[in-house]
Amino acid sequence: MCGIAGLFAKTVEIEQQLGRLIAEMMEQLADRGPDSAGLALYREPVSIGAKLSLLCSTDHVEWTELSRRMAADIGDAEVIVDHGQHAILRVATDADVARTWLSEHVVDIAVVGSGQSIELHKRVGRPEAMLADCGIRNLGATHGLGHTRMATESRVTTAGSHPFSTGEDLCLVHNGSLSNHNRLRRELQREGVSFATENDSEVAAGYLTWKLRDGATLDQALESALEDLDGFYTFAVGTRDGFAVLRDPIACKPAVMAETDGWVAIASEYRAIAQLPGASDAEVWEPEPARIYSWSHAAVPQ
Amino acid sequence: MNVAEITAGRLDLAQLGLRQVNSVMQTAPAGESFTITNSNGAHAIAAGLRSAIRVEVLGHAGYYCAGMNQEATVLVQGTVGVGVAENMMSGRVEVAGRAGQAAGATAHGGLLLVGGDAAARCGISLKGGDIVVRGSVGHASAFMAQSGRLVVLGDAGPGLGDSIYEARLYVRGSVSDLGADCVEKQMLEEHSYELRELLLRAGISGVGASEFRRYGSARTLYHWHPDNVGVV
Repeated sequence: MCGIAGLFAKTVEIEQQLGRLIAEMMEQLADRGPDSAGLALYREPVSIGAKLSLLCSTDHVEWTELSRRMAADIGDAEVIVDHGQHAILRVATDADVARTWLSEHVVDIAVVGSGQSIELHKRVGRPEAMLADCGIRNLGATHGLGHTRMATESRVTTAGSHPFSTGEDLCLVHNGSLSNHNRLRRELQREGVSFATENDSEVAAGYLTWKLRDGATLDQALESALEDLDGFYTFAVGTRDGFAVLRDPIACKPAVMAETDGWVAIASEYRAIAQLPGASDAEVWEPEPARIYSWSHAAVPQ
Repeated sequence: MNVAEITAGRLDLAQLGLRQVNSVMQTAPAGESFTITNSNGAHAIAAGLRSAIRVEVLGHAGYYCAGMNQEATVLVQGTVGVGVAENMMSGRVEVAGRAGQAAGATAHGGLLLVGGDAAARCGISLKGGDIVVRGSVGHASAFMAQSGRLVVLGDAGPGLGDSIYEARLYVRGSVSDLGADCVEKQMLEEHSYELRELLLRAGISGVGASEFRRYGSARTLYHWHPDNVGVV
């Protein structure tokens, strides 16, 4: 099954409540995906440097100590979120410089997301604990993308939890299963794309990373995905300014969208949208198969 | 549980829970009326009704709303998710807004009326029920539909009527393309008559039967044929 929840604020009032609203959406979808949960929030963009979302595959990391070591080598680094196994660091340098430093100086720590705005949280289990422990309800954000996973194609691990990063300020959540992910993973590895798991959705993310790296726009990358990805999918892709939604041409996996003057939402089921403010008067529709829908703050008059 | 509320026919789904709401309606005698509040996209609202009661859902419903309906009239004032009126046997289900996939799937009887668009696979494996959609229908609608009628006032998506048996399809707008063994057929007086009768039952006026085209089975897939051996 899996559950997808995406929320895009059109007003400052919704931005201020976005953490709480998307947390409630994810809790409604917990039954669709009790194995693991993940959430990308786009908030408080940094003007210099980048935010890094980090995940440690072993028990616990002294994140503050790590940030001091980084700061000594590559310039300012500060822990802005510390949740034990995962943390979010703000660095003054480029994300790539920090990424390289991490690959040379630490083991067992993966960069699961990076960019000016994106903050990624992921955890094994139902979403309630993650949402509470990470204090998601108190956070404002311009938009967010959540996922509740029911594992079918690979093991239940924190690394295998969605969203998957596909580039700077980009991430992907997926409901469905891909049937050509093994062959595609090998092809992408030859192109220099690396993978942390055996997960099929990570291959979709890697595919988009590769296309975007080669200069494609997000729409172009998604158009190509329709040709190259075999299987079932409802994808939601978080971008710096908004998100995009794509369903496979057969459209076996559910998706419902809704829009009001205050927000745009995507979810696997309407019940996740029902408690949003003004939902009963929202425009509600099922996105068409093989059609790219996208929303961007850049395009919305405020 | 608030007995007075139920007696007055108002069922608050948030307060009573789905099981109790459905149980009250499933055991109600013909002639009673119910209004469901706080539907909030819950699944299986008004599923399995068995008598000629009237149900109004004041909001959006989730999956399988009014599934397996017999005799009841169910009105949904919002949109519905996957499988509204699935396997309906009789009665009438009306959705004011849009419907998700597989609306009226396998319905044996009764009338399903969708006020907006219906998504993919509308009327899949229809077995004798009637479906009238004011808007458009998505891909693979009326797939393997065996009997009954599907009327679409808007357009039909790709693969309409693929592998269809004897269901009759009437589309007013354009058809992206027809599925295997589905062809356009002549509109005879008997078809025009049944279409007028269906539109009347659906409460649709100002739309003439002559505006529609009829589609149905070419019947070439009915029997084993040596030419098809080895075809995948």
